[in-house]
Amino acid sequence: MSDTAIPTAMPKPIAGPVIWLRANLFANPLNAIMTVLVVWFLVMSLPALLDWLLLDAVFQADSVRECRAAGSGACWAFIGEKHRLILFGLYPYEEQWRPLLVVLLLIAMAGVSCLRRFWTKWLAPMWIATLVVVGILMWGGVLGLSYVENARWGGLPLTMILAFVAIAVAFPLGVLLALGRRSNLPAIRAICTIYIELVRGVPAVSLLFMASVMLPLLLPEGMNIDKLLRAQIALIVYASAYLAEVVRGGLQSLSKGQYEAADALGLTYWQKQRLIILPQALRITIPPLVNTLITVFKDTSLVVIIGLYDLMNAAKASFVDPAWRGSSIEAYVFVSLIYFAFCFFMSKYSQSIEKRLAQSQNR
Amino acid sequence: MAAHPAQTGATAGRPIPKASRAVFWNDPRVRGIFYQILAVALIGGAVWWLASNTIENLNSRNIATGFHFLGREAGFDIGENLIDYSPADSYFKALLVGVLNTLRVAVIGIILATIIGTIIGIARLSKNWLVAKLASIYVEVVRNIPLILQLFFWYSLITEFLPGPRDALHPMAGVFLSNRGLKFPLPAHEFAYDLAMVLFALGLIAAVALGHWAKKRQDATGRHFPTAWVNLGLIVGLPIAGWLLAGAPLTFNAPVLQGFNFVGGASLSPEFSALLLGLVIYTAGFIAEIVRSGIQAVGKGQTEASLALGLSKGQTLRLIVMPQALRVIVPPMTSQYLNITKNSSLAVAIGFPDIVSVANTTLNQTGQAIEGIAIIMAVFLTISLSIATFMNWYNKHIALVER
Repeated sequence: MSDTAIPTAMPKPIAGPVIWLRANLFANPLNAIMTVLVVWFLVMSLPALLDWLLLDAVFQADSVRECRAAGSGACWAFIGEKHRLILFGLYPYEEQWRPLLVVLLLIAMAGVSCLRRFWTKWLAPMWIATLVVVGILMWGGVLGLSYVENARWGGLPLTMILAFVAIAVAFPLGVLLALGRRSNLPAIRAICTIYIELVRGVPAVSLLFMASVMLPLLLPEGMNIDKLLRAQIALIVYASAYLAEVVRGGLQSLSKGQYEAADALGLTYWQKQRLIILPQALRITIPPLVNTLITVFKDTSLVVIIGLYDLMNAAKASFVDPAWRGSSIEAYVFVSLIYFAFCFFMSKYSQSIEKRLAQSQNR
Repeated sequence: MAAHPAQTGATAGRPIPKASRAVFWNDPRVRGIFYQILAVALIGGAVWWLASNTIENLNSRNIATGFHFLGREAGFDIGENLIDYSPADSYFKALLVGVLNTLRVAVIGIILATIIGTIIGIARLSKNWLVAKLASIYVEVVRNIPLILQLFFWYSLITEFLPGPRDALHPMAGVFLSNRGLKFPLPAHEFAYDLAMVLFALGLIAAVALGHWAKKRQDATGRHFPTAWVNLGLIVGLPIAGWLLAGAPLTFNAPVLQGFNFVGGASLSPEFSALLLGLVIYTAGFIAEIVRSGIQAVGKGQTEASLALGLSKGQTLRLIVMPQALRVIVPPMTSQYLNITKNSSLAVAIGFPDIVSVANTTLNQTGQAIEGIAIIMAVFLTISLSIATFMNWYNKHIALVER
């Protein structure tokens, strides 16, 4: 009777599509109802979306009227016609390789900065050199490049320049403000706190307005600064206050022992910050710093309100042409994809750093 | 060979070597005072320079400073107003209309974004794979596209792609969706509705009082009182009972198409709808992440221990998980509420008359740039401070009581 112990049926599978469906979609009645609802929603919306995006879309046409006659979907012919205007704004057409080069250069530098291998003391000088090259390429006037005034800059390079310069200038400012807010000197602490809270308490739009209408009043007569610089100043002021709070968060997370040990070693205030405190505090703050970078990158689109032709405003300008009036949704979808690509990559990067930091702390 | 003086040790009675004697400029306190004076002087100097420039500029442009212009006639119309307003009214009243519009968008936006964000945050943690995936796609898409772009998108969709009033979408009786916005019926003014509103308010007060009493009794005697059901009766049942007693009238003031537009009923303008839609959809993405991380911050052991103690799933969520999650959720939620309020200023881009938009028109008409900006800043600082104070109070209320 010993063979009765041998099981006659196959053991139930522990993996496989049916099991997966059971566990993940139909675990209980409520779950099943939700699955059915979601599937119904997808069946209703996805085919229509696909039709609009691809199947019924028109890729060849000379005006929006032709587009609408040819198909009920999106008019991608519009993007084919206007992508140069959206990407580079009013920059002289034959010279548009220059802003293209600027975009590629900035993307390459941003990519390099993401790699740990390049986190050395050479990173900051490399960024300064990059920004100088960007300036030469955009303005020209030297090395045989024709001069292009910055009123004609636009599109993606303008958005990227506004964001990167804002962060590059605001970061050291933000570190100083954060140190000032945690300083023992009451006057310095008060000044920094008031600045940070004032800037964070008002909308970015009002800072841009302030820069565009109040700056000309604040400066002596004859000293004029152009629109681009005004917007850049507003973005720097805005970004520095938010960066200061991020850095302060990092400073607060250090234990008191670090400060006391540095003091006991006889280091001066600046030695202490430079050698002991900031290297540790900034490491923790990399993920929130990248998140602030995303915010600033998105908020450069606010310059549309004071009339700069950044990516957002160039998109708005692209469908003013009577032949293409009514293709606003296509323009918005196109620039949304560009913004999304940049921000999505940055947020994924910030998440990966966060994970790595968590691992090193839990060791 | 005589010992080096330094090696003999600094015993009592020896004079301190001159080199290490504290010089006054090496004293950190003296230095601190010096740096502070320097900072204050620099900033004071900068402010003085900017102010003198401004006064000079204003003089050369013949602009009088001060807030006297507030009493003058505004002369421009405002499309949407919660209070009676006409172009003959003063700038002050125009700005007040702007502030009320900002507050209206902010309050409705905060409520809706909290509800939708919480649902999506919980959906991201759902065991249902489809639901969780869909929620995370929503969060990723919404958070990575600038808000102003989303606003333009919704505004374009409403004004260009919805049909005109004549062939408006008509999803329900009395509701019309067209490129002039959303029109919907409002209950006509009747005694029964007033009664229901009063009873609703009384029911709310009674429910709060009952909650206090029930908690006190449970703390003292351990006896549980079914507050939830009684409260439901008080808040929902009481107004319905009042309405039924008053004859259960069902009269509505419904919108009717007359000529090229609708008459009657209530309406949401395209600008308001686009702004609210954009703000709510955008901020809900951020709130979802806050709610998700808050719930995840509560350890699994808490739920297991609670279930082991015999609490039901609902009780576990209400009494064990939520109180702990809220401590993580409330501070970042506060900054999201502040963000909605501040972001409502993007209304200026799509032409909704909020405070920034009205103040901008005002300063363009009067040339009072500094006063206009000062008003905008003062309004937002006041709102921000009020929200922050309230949320800090709430945070303290729910914070961990440490011994």
